[in-house]
Amino acid sequence: MGTWVFLAAGWVLLIALYGLVTSRNLIHAIGCLAVAQSSTYLLLLAVGYRREATAPVYSDLTPGTRPVVDPVVQALALTDVVVGATVTALLLALTIQLRKRHHTVDPQALIGLKG
Amino acid sequence: MTEAALLPLAVAVPLLGAALLAVAGRILPRTGCDILATGCAGAEVVCLVLLWTHNSGRLATADLGGWPARLGIVLAADPIGAGLALLVAVLVPVVVYSWRFFEEPTGEHAGAFPALILLFEAGMAGFALTGDLFNAFVFFELMGAAAYALTGYRIEDPRPLHGAITFGIVTSFAAYCSLLGIGLLYARTGELNLARLGQQLASHHTDLLTAGAFVLIATALLVKAAAVPFHFWLPDAHAVAPTPVCMLMSGAMVELGVYGIARIYWTVFSGPGGIPHQAFHTTFTALGLLTALLGALMCWQQRHLKRLLAFSTISHVGLFLIAVALLTPDGATGTAVYVAAHGLVKAALFALTGVLLDRYGSVDEHGLHGKARDLRTVGVLFVVGALALAGMPPFGTGLGKALSEDAAGRWQPWLPAVFVGASAVTGAAVLRAGLRIFWGAGPALRSRPDEDETTGEGEEPEIRSPQRTPPRAMTIVPAVLLGLAVLVGSLPAIAAALARGAAVFTDPAGYTAAVLTHPSTPPGPMPAGDWTATGVLLGLLSTSIAAALATAAVRKPSPTLPAHHPAARLVRALRRSHSGHLGDYLAWLALGVAALCIAIAAQT
Amino acid sequence: MTARARLAVFLAAAAVIAAFFTAECTDLPPFGTDSHPYGERAVAAALDRRTANVVSSVNFDIRAFDTLGEEPILFGTVLGATLLLRQARDERHRRAEAERVMPTTRLFGALLLPVTLVVGVYIVAHGQLSPGGGFQGGVVLATALHLAYVAADYRALKKLRPLAVLDVADSLAAASYSLIGLAGLIAGGAFLKNVLPLGTFNTITSGGTVPVLNAAVGVEVACGLIALLAHFLDQTIERTDPDQQRYGDT
Repeated sequence: MGTWVFLAAGWVLLIALYGLVTSRNLIHAIGCLAVAQSSTYLLLLAVGYRREATAPVYSDLTPGTRPVVDPVVQALALTDVVVGATVTALLLALTIQLRKRHHTVDPQALIGLKG
Repeated sequence: MTEAALLPLAVAVPLLGAALLAVAGRILPRTGCDILATGCAGAEVVCLVLLWTHNSGRLATADLGGWPARLGIVLAADPIGAGLALLVAVLVPVVVYSWRFFEEPTGEHAGAFPALILLFEAGMAGFALTGDLFNAFVFFELMGAAAYALTGYRIEDPRPLHGAITFGIVTSFAAYCSLLGIGLLYARTGELNLARLGQQLASHHTDLLTAGAFVLIATALLVKAAAVPFHFWLPDAHAVAPTPVCMLMSGAMVELGVYGIARIYWTVFSGPGGIPHQAFHTTFTALGLLTALLGALMCWQQRHLKRLLAFSTISHVGLFLIAVALLTPDGATGTAVYVAAHGLVKAALFALTGVLLDRYGSVDEHGLHGKARDLRTVGVLFVVGALALAGMPPFGTGLGKALSEDAAGRWQPWLPAVFVGASAVTGAAVLRAGLRIFWGAGPALRSRPDEDETTGEGEEPEIRSPQRTPPRAMTIVPAVLLGLAVLVGSLPAIAAALARGAAVFTDPAGYTAAVLTHPSTPPGPMPAGDWTATGVLLGLLSTSIAAALATAAVRKPSPTLPAHHPAARLVRALRRSHSGHLGDYLAWLALGVAALCIAIAAQT
Repeated sequence: MTARARLAVFLAAAAVIAAFFTAECTDLPPFGTDSHPYGERAVAAALDRRTANVVSSVNFDIRAFDTLGEEPILFGTVLGATLLLRQARDERHRRAEAERVMPTTRLFGALLLPVTLVVGVYIVAHGQLSPGGGFQGGVVLATALHLAYVAADYRALKKLRPLAVLDVADSLAAASYSLIGLAGLIAGGAFLKNVLPLGTFNTITSGGTVPVLNAAVGVEVACGLIALLAHFLDQTIERTDPDQQRYGDT
């Protein structure tokens, strides 16, 4: 295992970027953006992992009996999830309107802004 | 009030205002909403003025939740961070005020637009004042989310939607890169507080992890700051956003990117185990140089006025980056003064462009040739704004430029030429447009429909009754903004306060001490913040170059170079690279990240 | 750029980034390391504040200011969607039609809706004790209401969904987070200070302001999400396409 988990985060980011660069459909591009974001979940949670540890919740665990994983990165990941969901919603709203006005969701067909 | 209250209030006031407006917008008539929004924005100005004057050159801190820096989030404001938040706060009432005249298609949600503006303001204030890396990411996203929605506001036209989607995807992707960087840094140090991050990095030696984390974190900030080659989204978004939103984005949001880079470098990476000063210095000077030159070149090529102003912002960001990369208190003072005055001038110019848009339904330099002869006041203000942009004394832009040039010239004697050149060309481009539109100077231009460019024609007016003469307030607003820009340049107290701020800003040891243990650190030696004879002369020089360039361009509008000349080819290739295509922009972004990785790693 | 040039630029850049990222990862502390200084301090602080779920303690107490900045993102998104998905000048409103649903589906929805609502409230209320909290519970609550759409039709959902009330509740919940912060400032001298009695560890009233902030976020997320989905559903169900009017049929 080891480093592979961290490397996976980089792989997910780059594969999402590949999707974004070659995308012919904005919905697909927004999906790729969500994939890019999941690389951050992966890295954050991997960074906070501790071997043989359990969740940082003490409702059924006596403090001090078992090591727990880093709760801070989990909190960061939760914040990150909400941010990602909202950005996705906004971008989809924009895409809906674009589809109505431009009759396309292909980013390569948008030529109104250039030079 | 103490700083423990003022700092969080600077974020909480606009947040509460936004919520209040969203509720009140359902009951109150339009006027009520506007009064409420102006009131909230005014309260924020008062709060930040108190903060700005309260700390008198010290770093003010607030431990949120009563948690010390080792656990919680600490807000920290020096006169530069607080000043930037104040610049935003000064622009917001103006924006809300001018919004009064704008058409509002949704009766039931009259409060939604001003509420989003206030959320945007809260995001920018939080970003400027926070002392925590992840918290900065959260506020970065808050200002992003508000800005995407505001950019796409005019849903009947496909171009705003296109611009907003590009803006949203590029910025969000860069933000996720930054979060990866934050994760890497957290893995290394186990900290998120800026001061503690800096402390912890010192116990490691600089390696690829430090360099990579720095590059990834810088990505989002460089995208926000629109440094080349991360800048492509900016002209697309600025060309299509409603005018009041452009005022905020060009005047303050973009500059926050530069501020973020400087703040994070100084607090986290400037010490041992970070990124060596030399590496930051050369890399960001090169980046700034490229940005300033490309911005100026592209600015000169535009005929769509908002796009022209957007490229001028890019060019100025390049100058800010160069001055910040000097890593001296003098450079920071120059940048601070320059940013403040540039924000005011740029907002004024966007407001004046808005008048044209409402009157003629066009922001096209060629199409409007000679049409606005009767708008004499607007025309005079536009020309004054252009000269201010070129760095004419006594405008604050002139003072900021002079201070930055002085600081840069001490390192490389040729750098002031870049400042003079970039500000002269961008000023000249605006001046050229002003002379053509308001005075009908020179021959009318034939349109060249086959070229790769965005014309400014066929735009929809934004105000409610575009047939009338524009409301008087629409000329008062830019006049006031230009007046404030003069004040920044001529009131020595403002520059002195920013100079004190620069001394604090460039003192990471003092920052760490203030955030972690709260001693009252004495400010270091204060950098100069006054006009010098050289500064005035260089300001006059760039203004006269701008005037000469504009006159020459108006007189002889046909291109001076044959189409097959290498320079003409280069310009065409550059213009084609601004294709409006999302995939292109992200490929450029990837290239930028790769180049930065190599540049920083090669020097560490 | 042509598609080929774009791909070439991307691949070149990606190769460099991948190489650097790989090198960076080898410099990282090993996966599963024992050294989590901030995490350990957070666990101690959370236990000190008698909050059993440390993640909630980080989100709503230790780093509550992060959530203060995050909550308005959702609030702003709802406002933004309201603006972006507003009825354009050339669009008309159309009434949703009644739809036929199998009786078993209807029964299933009628049974599941109250259960899901209770689960949502439970998750919000126990955020300081067990995994969950305002964000997670809020999402469950919003989903519960949409069972009416799945199991009946859009008209049924609209009856269950007083949008004006939800919009106001969303705004008030967003404001209340800042107001609780201000209360901490007035009562305890620091913004967002946990000033309420901490209660007994591992009971529903423990954690001081954590459950209160959780509830505020729960209301905001539930109301905001319903409003957000309402704008999207309106688009497909109740909005005529501007072109259909202009050209008759697409």
